[in-house]
Amino acid sequence: MRIFSLAGRRLAASIPTLFLILIGVFLLLQFAPGDTVDAMMAQMGGGDAKTAEDLRRFYGLDLSVSAQLGSYLWRLVRFDLGFSAIYGKPVATVIAERLPATILLMTASLSFAFFFGLILGVVAARGVNKWPDTLISTVGLIFYATPSFWFGLMAIVVFSIYLQWLPAGGLSDITSTATGIWAVLDTARHLVLPTLTLGLIFLAIYLRIMRASMLEVLNLDFVRTARSKGLDETRIITRHVLRNALLPMVTLIGLQAGTMLGGSVVVESVFSLPGLGRLAYESVVQRDLNTLLGIIFVSALLVITVNFIVDLIYARLDPRITSGA
Amino acid sequence: MNFTRRAALMTSAAIAANVVDPFKAFAQQTPRKGGVFVVHYGAEQRQLNPSLQASTGVYIISGKILEPLVDLDAAGNPVGVLATSWESTPDGKTITFKLRQGVTWHDGKPFTSADVQFTAMEMWKKILNYGSTLQLFLTAVDTPDPHTAIFRYERPMPLNLLLRALPDLGYISPRHLYEGKGDIRQNPVNLAPVGTGPFKFVQYERGQHIIADRHDGYWKGPANLDRIVWRVITDRAAAAAQMEAGQLHYSPFSGLTISDMARLGKDPRFVVSTKGNEGNARTNTLEFNFRRKELADIKVRQAIAHAINVPFFIENFLGDFAKLGTGPIPSVSTDFYPGANTPQYPYDKAKAIKLLDEAGLRPGAGGTRLSLRLLPAPWGEDVSLWATFIQQSLGEVGIRVEVVRNDGGGFLKSVYADHAFDLATGWHQYRNDPAVSTTVWYRSGQPAGAPWTNQWGVADATLDKIIDDAATEVDPAKRKALYADFVKRANGELMIWMPIEQIFVTVITAKARNHSNTPRWGSSSWHDLWLAE
Repeated sequence: MRIFSLAGRRLAASIPTLFLILIGVFLLLQFAPGDTVDAMMAQMGGGDAKTAEDLRRFYGLDLSVSAQLGSYLWRLVRFDLGFSAIYGKPVATVIAERLPATILLMTASLSFAFFFGLILGVVAARGVNKWPDTLISTVGLIFYATPSFWFGLMAIVVFSIYLQWLPAGGLSDITSTATGIWAVLDTARHLVLPTLTLGLIFLAIYLRIMRASMLEVLNLDFVRTARSKGLDETRIITRHVLRNALLPMVTLIGLQAGTMLGGSVVVESVFSLPGLGRLAYESVVQRDLNTLLGIIFVSALLVITVNFIVDLIYARLDPRITSGA
Repeated sequence: MNFTRRAALMTSAAIAANVVDPFKAFAQQTPRKGGVFVVHYGAEQRQLNPSLQASTGVYIISGKILEPLVDLDAAGNPVGVLATSWESTPDGKTITFKLRQGVTWHDGKPFTSADVQFTAMEMWKKILNYGSTLQLFLTAVDTPDPHTAIFRYERPMPLNLLLRALPDLGYISPRHLYEGKGDIRQNPVNLAPVGTGPFKFVQYERGQHIIADRHDGYWKGPANLDRIVWRVITDRAAAAAQMEAGQLHYSPFSGLTISDMARLGKDPRFVVSTKGNEGNARTNTLEFNFRRKELADIKVRQAIAHAINVPFFIENFLGDFAKLGTGPIPSVSTDFYPGANTPQYPYDKAKAIKLLDEAGLRPGAGGTRLSLRLLPAPWGEDVSLWATFIQQSLGEVGIRVEVVRNDGGGFLKSVYADHAFDLATGWHQYRNDPAVSTTVWYRSGQPAGAPWTNQWGVADATLDKIIDDAATEVDPAKRKALYADFVKRANGELMIWMPIEQIFVTVITAKARNHSNTPRWGSSSWHDLWLAE
């Protein structure tokens, strides 16, 4: 129960921040020239001034900025994200359609980065300053230094165009009529390249953190004690070292959930995935304020949730953390 | 993908044709039934009803599902679709359409003149962009019987103008799904269109794809393809990659980068051409803000035009996809193109400098005569390149140009509502008749905030009179002569400079048959399109 009161307090503390961010973004977008109706006219390829005026009235854009902001916040308090002018449906629906792709991509990339970062980090730490360490560290550095859009495009050129092993984009093959397990496999195939593209840079970070924290823990007294008790090396690593070395890794997941949402804009564009990142970008270009604010709201909730889960894992890994709270 | 393609191959009779090459050519003479055609869709639209929104982004999808009264044939002449014949009274105020019989909507209800009446009065006249201008003087549509629609106009409507406008501005929507169902703009049918065309709407997944399947009850007989899928791909490089990976069959309307189109043009798996887009010609523009006193001086405008080496730009930046333009009516317009013997402004740097001197713009500090702000429209890389080229060219004659880049909404607001520009550049898209697409760029008295209208501050009584006369002239020969006058006057006064002519580029798989066979093929119904094995 203590963990839930902790979560409740965390949530309460983040609400004012959330509102400040939303107000900030709202005002910031007022500085951008043009509004939704201008963007719509651009999309339509022209129209007369009366149509524009009608549309502005329809979407409430003829009201003052403060009135628009006020009505937005009032709706938000009632958990109503409003109506998207560009998509012609409630913002909540628009976001719900895009959320699965982003969550799928984020989960896949985080798991991939975390799992392989952990293994490679351990291997590097075990063979510190020997060839496996040098090799892994060098490869990690290359991954870290490669821009993800470039990596994505190169992966498409190699694996989709030349080798024809993996699809170049999309979330599923709509020309096929696969169902059940085949549909799942089909989606998995489509996710391989985007996951690699988004995950590699995080893999490099996890690898370095894991290596460093392994090395630190390996030099602590209790490890020496365990060794002197005559425990075998594998047991020492899994039972004693890994558990303690994992803490900084878990911290990172919480921090990077937000970064990953940002990174997904590029990956979703390169691989034409229908996710939140691309939706956010399109909302800015189309001046679809309601949708953009809705995405920010949902992303913030997502980050808060991830951090909450991280707190739970923390408590499992190190019981001192909850008792101290 | 590989698996399904192979599976499809095994089940089809065409496998024999693939083994023995000589038979292949023979087999491809008869249309193959079946197959899924996958189309690149670059920019999603708010809605998919072409009776409410005139744009290629809508036609590329709903042009397969809904049908217009009239379309254009291979030679660019009007040919009946939902209308079978038409007739105008000599005064041009009454135009009668006979409608096709035995046509049903995809939901089984019959198509009648009531649908035409409702669409024309409630959609074209009130909501449709360009349509509301075209049908401004439409007073009523009479329906004496289910297969006759009589359009009544307050002022003469040239039959030729109407017929050339209707392929784009003449799509018919089902009255029974709109009437009495609240705000037409918000009707959910707009995103799940119901039409009379060869394909019926199946599914729209935002951000992913739109699917339409063959409609077996189509009045012309069932189409060849089983299904059309439009895949939403906003990134041009990603679309080119998917084209090469075999995930896409068709990228319309110059949807890829210029370099990718040139590269794929050398690949035998693709056909890259401007054919089939003649009805979608466009010109690159340079628009002057006449409110700026230096630009109100025709000598300065002429100097600017003479200072820019257009052939050099076309050759080095646009390649095969563009040619020198001669004015607001492009050369693909067989009905109205007046020839190139109107005032032109060839590259002549010395003359440009002389004109600037005559206009009293002497070089000041650092050789600068004049500083201008240029706003390029954010669509198309050619516009961006063109803006940079203008900037550098004008720098050489002492005009300092600052390029101010905006996104779509920002550009339209700055240029068309706030008039906060000195020079602007973008595309002018020609739509088969100058009265539909072009004269509105020149006619004075346009309300501020209307995009792609005369917001430059040009007010020329002579030109206004020509425009108004031509819009209601029912004699085709006189109309053509009036538009020749229009081009001569517009070029002579150099109100807007349109020095580059382009036609959209199509990238399509070499397996496609019966494609690009009409001037607006990308927007047409694809009834006869088929895919060879």
